[in-house]
Amino acid sequence: MSEVRTEEMVLNMGPQHPSTHGVFRVELVTDGEIVTETRPHIGYLHRCFEKHAEHLQYTGIIPFTDRLDYLSGMNQNFGFVLAVEKLLGSEIPERAEYIRVIMAELNRIASHLMMIGHMGTDAGAITPVLYGFRDREYILDLFEEVSGARLLYNYYRVGGVIADLTPGFVEKTRKYLDYLERVLNEFDQLLSENKIFRGRTVGVGVLPPKVAVDYAVTGPNLRACGVNWDLRRDEPYSIYPRFKFDVVVGREGPGVVGDSWNRYWVRVQEIRESAKIVRQALDGLPEGDFIKAPKSIRPPKGSEVYHRTETPRGELGYYVISDGTPTPVRVKVRSPGFVHISAIPAFCTNMMVADLVMAMGTLDFVMGEVDR
Amino acid sequence: MSQTVVVDIVRIAVILGMFLGCVAYLVWVERKLLGHIQIRVGPKRVGPYGLLQPIADFVKLVSKEDLTPPNAHRALFRLAPAIALVPAILSIAVIPFGGTIRVLGREMPIGIADINVGLLYVFAMSSMGVFGIALAGWSSNNKYSLMGGLRSSAQLISYEVSLGLSVLGVVLLAGTFSLREIVAAQHPIPFVALQPVGFLLFLMASSAEIARIPFDLPEAETELVAGFHTEYSSMKFAMFFVAEYANLVTVSAMAVTLFLGGWNGPFLPGPIWFALKTAAMLFLFIWVRGTLPRYRYDQLMRFGWKFLLPVALLNLLVTALIVALSGGEG
Repeated sequence: MSEVRTEEMVLNMGPQHPSTHGVFRVELVTDGEIVTETRPHIGYLHRCFEKHAEHLQYTGIIPFTDRLDYLSGMNQNFGFVLAVEKLLGSEIPERAEYIRVIMAELNRIASHLMMIGHMGTDAGAITPVLYGFRDREYILDLFEEVSGARLLYNYYRVGGVIADLTPGFVEKTRKYLDYLERVLNEFDQLLSENKIFRGRTVGVGVLPPKVAVDYAVTGPNLRACGVNWDLRRDEPYSIYPRFKFDVVVGREGPGVVGDSWNRYWVRVQEIRESAKIVRQALDGLPEGDFIKAPKSIRPPKGSEVYHRTETPRGELGYYVISDGTPTPVRVKVRSPGFVHISAIPAFCTNMMVADLVMAMGTLDFVMGEVDR
Repeated sequence: MSQTVVVDIVRIAVILGMFLGCVAYLVWVERKLLGHIQIRVGPKRVGPYGLLQPIADFVKLVSKEDLTPPNAHRALFRLAPAIALVPAILSIAVIPFGGTIRVLGREMPIGIADINVGLLYVFAMSSMGVFGIALAGWSSNNKYSLMGGLRSSAQLISYEVSLGLSVLGVVLLAGTFSLREIVAAQHPIPFVALQPVGFLLFLMASSAEIARIPFDLPEAETELVAGFHTEYSSMKFAMFFVAEYANLVTVSAMAVTLFLGGWNGPFLPGPIWFALKTAAMLFLFIWVRGTLPRYRYDQLMRFGWKFLLPVALLNLLVTALIVALSGGEG
C-alpha cells in the first residue's frame, strides 16, 4: 500500500478579508487547518508619501505624515517635526513640549484601545471592539477640541504646535483618565481573564527574542518578547526624561514570553503607563507660548538627520536630507509595521489558520505606514 | 373527516406562521439586544423602534442578485440551502406549546403532532441540517467555503453525540421519548432541578450544534470570511440565515420542553409560560454571543470529546443508578 497522497492548498487571504486589518494580502500554504508557509504581499495602499515629500515644503509634509499611521497621527507628526527641528537646531517653548507629550501619549492610548478591541474581534468576541471605539471616542473629542480634526490632526508644527490647549482641556483630560482606569478593568474582565481568550492567545504565535531582534521588530511587539527597549527611556527625545513611567516587558505568567497574550498584555499595561505620563504632564504644564516658529524653514545645505521616536506601533524613523531649499531632497520613513510584516514568515508557520489570524492581529500593523 | 383535515391544516399554518414570525423578530431582538450590550441602539430607522427591520431585511435580500459561482456544482449548490432550511422548520412539528384547547367542540393539544418518539425525531431532523452545510461548503468550490463546510461537519457530528447523551438523563427520569409526556412528567418539579448537569451539558452541546458563539467556527468570519455560505447571495443566503435562527428557536424550545417544565407554570396559561421561558433561553444565547470569544478548532474538538462526552456519560450513569435504586420511575 502506498501512502495516501494529500495535496497542499494555497489559500489567498486578502487584500479583502475581514481579518487582515487593512489591504494586506497573505498567501497561506495550508495542509488542512495547518498553515505551513506564509507569504505576505504589500503595496495595496501605496500613496507615494516619500515622493510627495520631495516636492513639498516642510510644513506641507506634516499633514501627509498623519496619513502614514492614521491611528496615531499625533505620533507621526511628532517624529517628523522633531527630525526637522534637529536639522534646524531650533528651540521649542516649554509649554509646547508638554502639549506635544500629552497629545502623543493620549494618541498612544487611543491606538492601543483600538488594537485591544480588534484583538477581541480576531478571537471571535464581537463586543470589545465597540468598547474600544467608545473609549477612544473621548480622546478624539479632546483632539477635535484642540486641532479641529478627529483622525488626521496636522497639529504639530516646526517650533511648537499649531494651537494652544482650549480652556477646560486639562480638567476634561483628567476626568477621562479617571474614567479610563475603570474601563480598563472592564477589558480585563471581558478579555484578559476570559478562559477562552487565554486559550486562544497563550502560547500562540511565539516570537522568540532573537528572531525579533534579528528582524528589527520594535515597540510593544519587541517588549512582549522580553526585550527591555523603549526609545522614550533609552534614547530620550523631547521632555520624556522628566516623567516617571515603567517600560512594560512581556513576562511568563498566564502566557509565554513573546506570544500573542503578552503582546496584548503589554499594550494594556502601556495604556496605564501612558495615562501616568499624561497625568504628570498635566500637573507640570507651564504657562507661555505654544509655538516659536522659525522665520523660515531652510535647513543648511547638505545637512541630513535620522530621528527616531517611539510610536504606539514601534520605532518610527524619519531620515531627512536638505539641500538648503525649503523643500527636502529626500524623506525616508522607517516604519515599524513594514518590519513587523517582514517577520511574519519567520514565526507564523505550522500553526492553525485561527492562530495565524491572532498572531498577525497582535502585531498591530497599519497598512498606511507599511505601504506609505 | 374533511373537518379534521381542515383543522389540521389551519393548525399547521398558524403554528408555522407564528414560528417564522418568531424567527424574523428574533433577528430584530438579537440586533437590538446586541446593540444595547455594545452601547449602540440597534435598528431604529425602519418603523417605530426599527420594528419593520425584518421586513426591510427580507426585501433587501430578495432583491439582491442571485449569483451562482461558475465552477460550483449547480444542482447541489441550489439544493444545499433547502436541505439546511427544511429540517430546521420540520423540527417544530413535535414541540408541545401548551396543554389542550377546545376548538369546534374538539379537545386538541396545542402543537402539530405528538409522536411517541418525538425526541428522536427532533434529533433526526437536527442532524439532517449538517448535510446542507457540508454540501454548501463543498459545492461552492471556494476554499473558504470548503473549510467552513469541513469544520462544521466535524463539529456537528462530534457534538451530536454529547447532545444525545445529555438528554438521556431526562428520558430515564420520564421514562418516555414523547415530548408531551416528558413535559407532563415535570409537573411539580422541572427536570433542571433533577438534572442540573444534564441541562448545562445540553446548553453547551446545543450551542455547538447550532454554531453559536463560542462555537461558531463554521462561519468564523475573521478566519473564513463567511464560512460555508461565503458564495451564497440573495434568497439562498436568506434560507441559511433563517435556518440558523430557526435552529436557535428550536433549541431554546427544546431546552424549555426537556428541562424547564415546558408549559407548566402557575397563574398564566400554558402557551404564555412556554413563550416566556423560550424567550429567556433566547436571551441567554444572545447574551453569550455578546460576551464570549470563539474557540479554536482543535480546542473545540478537545472540549467536545474529552470534556463534554465523559461528563455526559457520567451524568447518564449516575442518573441510571439512582433511577434503578429508587425502583423505576424517578
